[in-house]
Amino acid sequence: MTFKTSLLAPTALSLGLATGASAQDAPPSAEDDVLKIGLVYTLSGPAAALGEQAKNGFMLAAERIGNLGGMETEIVVIDDEQRPDKAADDARELVQREEVDFVVGPIFSNILVAIHQPVTETGTILISTNAGTSNFAGPECSPNFFVTSYQNDQNHEVMGAYAEQQGYQNVFLMAPNYQAGKDSLAGFKHSYTGGVAGEVFTELGQLDFSSELAQIAAFQPDALFTFMPGGMGVNLVKQYDQAGLSSIPFLSAFTVDETTLPATQDAAVGLLGGANWAPDLDNAANEEFVTAYIEKYGAVPGTYAMQAYDAAQLIDSAVSKVGGDLTDRDALRAAIKEADFDSPRGDFSFGVNNYPVQDFYLVEAVKREDGMYGTSIREKIFDDYVDTYAEQCEMGSS
Amino acid sequence: MANLFVLQLLNGLQLGVLLFLIAAGLTLVFGIMDVVNLAHGVLYMVGAYFLATFAALTGSFWWGLLLMFPAAIVVGLVLEVVVIRRLYARSHLDQVLATFGLVMIANETVKIVWGVSPLSVPTPEILSGSVPLMGPLQYPVYRIAIIVTGLAVAGGLYLVINHTRIGMLLRAGATNRTMVSALGIDIGKLFAIVFTLGAVLACFAGALVAPILSVDTGMGESVLILTFVVVVIGGIGSIKGAFLGAILVAVVDTIGGVFGPILLRSVLDPAAAGQTGRMLAPMLVYILMAAILFARPAGLFGGRA
Repeated sequence: MTFKTSLLAPTALSLGLATGASAQDAPPSAEDDVLKIGLVYTLSGPAAALGEQAKNGFMLAAERIGNLGGMETEIVVIDDEQRPDKAADDARELVQREEVDFVVGPIFSNILVAIHQPVTETGTILISTNAGTSNFAGPECSPNFFVTSYQNDQNHEVMGAYAEQQGYQNVFLMAPNYQAGKDSLAGFKHSYTGGVAGEVFTELGQLDFSSELAQIAAFQPDALFTFMPGGMGVNLVKQYDQAGLSSIPFLSAFTVDETTLPATQDAAVGLLGGANWAPDLDNAANEEFVTAYIEKYGAVPGTYAMQAYDAAQLIDSAVSKVGGDLTDRDALRAAIKEADFDSPRGDFSFGVNNYPVQDFYLVEAVKREDGMYGTSIREKIFDDYVDTYAEQCEMGSS
Repeated sequence: MANLFVLQLLNGLQLGVLLFLIAAGLTLVFGIMDVVNLAHGVLYMVGAYFLATFAALTGSFWWGLLLMFPAAIVVGLVLEVVVIRRLYARSHLDQVLATFGLVMIANETVKIVWGVSPLSVPTPEILSGSVPLMGPLQYPVYRIAIIVTGLAVAGGLYLVINHTRIGMLLRAGATNRTMVSALGIDIGKLFAIVFTLGAVLACFAGALVAPILSVDTGMGESVLILTFVVVVIGGIGSIKGAFLGAILVAVVDTIGGVFGPILLRSVLDPAAAGQTGRMLAPMLVYILMAAILFARPAGLFGGRA
């Protein structure tokens, strides 16, 4: 096995360089009459809930539309196990052996970095429905790469802008000690100019936050801003509630959402987050999506599901536009870039770097009328917000 | 600053009694049976899963806690009979291998039975919320309950070990195993009791933290290393040592983790202090262990060197 992969990697690389020189060539997958889509999501391990939502969101749209773009549609689902090495191999296999036309996914940024080159260098279109790293938004932007979620920094910037708007002078910052955690605090500070009461980096995977909560209680800051995805967030929210700190505003990103609310329930109600959408956003497309999702899966959809739902709608609209002819790649890319579909989040278009230009909101965790928990829009923070890296992208308008 | 110190002292005490519950069993098994049991953390995890399951089934935390005990006894006895009993005569390396295998089997089994997503246990109504401490400070009632329960168990163990016949046998076994069996004590039965007692204590610790933490596979490994440090500091086989060791390790860990960076800030610039503090804080416990072993190679209350 090791032999096979080590042999395969350099071959794939040289193949990529060769096709890279003539990037306009359509990959062989474009020739047949079948629209084949590969989904790469994390479907096992502690973060399985996120991948599950995304997969469900995509499948929901695919089922409702039927044949995407009027073509016979085949969907291959891959579990990346949150392992970049496995994801890169899977991506190569999807592109070279399965000959998929589109690769959709992943959840995590490190997985995106691993699969980006193997997919896009062959001319296959990659649509990320969650991860949106800064490098692919800026200098390394690619005409074959589209994002239906956001640029990673943006949700943190939303919370920074909210803290600024509230006139907070003394915010306590806390994030896990790894790249995304550091990016998060940097993103927050990008739009927040007030003072910092304390800045704590916790161990990744830490579950008992008693020490950190003691510091927050002692400092009595104006607010807490934190980024604690997954199980860490569940524990933090429960302990924050138990410690009687609820009077200090809890600002967060990727911490209080529809994937963690089933576990935190009442402890999270009233906590604030930044997002590009919430299930109760008022428009017809959204109501249709949320109702259908709850009916089919018995759970409230989160942004992971919504962004994947949009990826399926995006593929449908673009393939319809080119009449099922996937061989003219320029036409296909132009059709995708038009983003001619009704997103549940309302306004949606692509910027120069193929990242979304969209609105961002302050959202609050609530107990819904149906007894389930979800986030709810409180106010719009940014209108048609473009990420800060877009100007570094030199894809040109061609 | 005094506020923070008081809070951290309480947090340290709470972590300390939990560590003690786990370490008590480990030190007995290690000291009396001479078995290195890496799977001890598994029992902590299983206790949490039992509580989560029974609490969900009965709808009550208290019933969950009550039902957890018989289940823990069964698990302890089965493990002793099926695996541990076969390891008494083996070398430490064999024991490490076998019990490490047990860790992997247990983690996978838990994943198969309960799934991969973490379980969540609601705090019992009567112990939820927090009490005002001083000024704006509050402390969660549930954590206070853990401290009280842990101290009560420690007191109970003290009575059993120092004032009962079985306790006398345990102390004798920890000091000189061969002599105890030579005096005609059924050593097999004693071992089964010791192991099961340790298992129940570890399960109890897991059940206690379930409402604070999410119940997850691998939660046992995270505490196991700290528990071994406690056992080594306290002296292998000594319950008294385990208690003092646990409180010492936990208080140093929680206080040092917060005040280390603050103290460093007076000599370094804030960014460097934060960075160094983060690196030094997790090392404090091991520095403490090294210092204690330097002065007392058998640990604080170790009978055998």
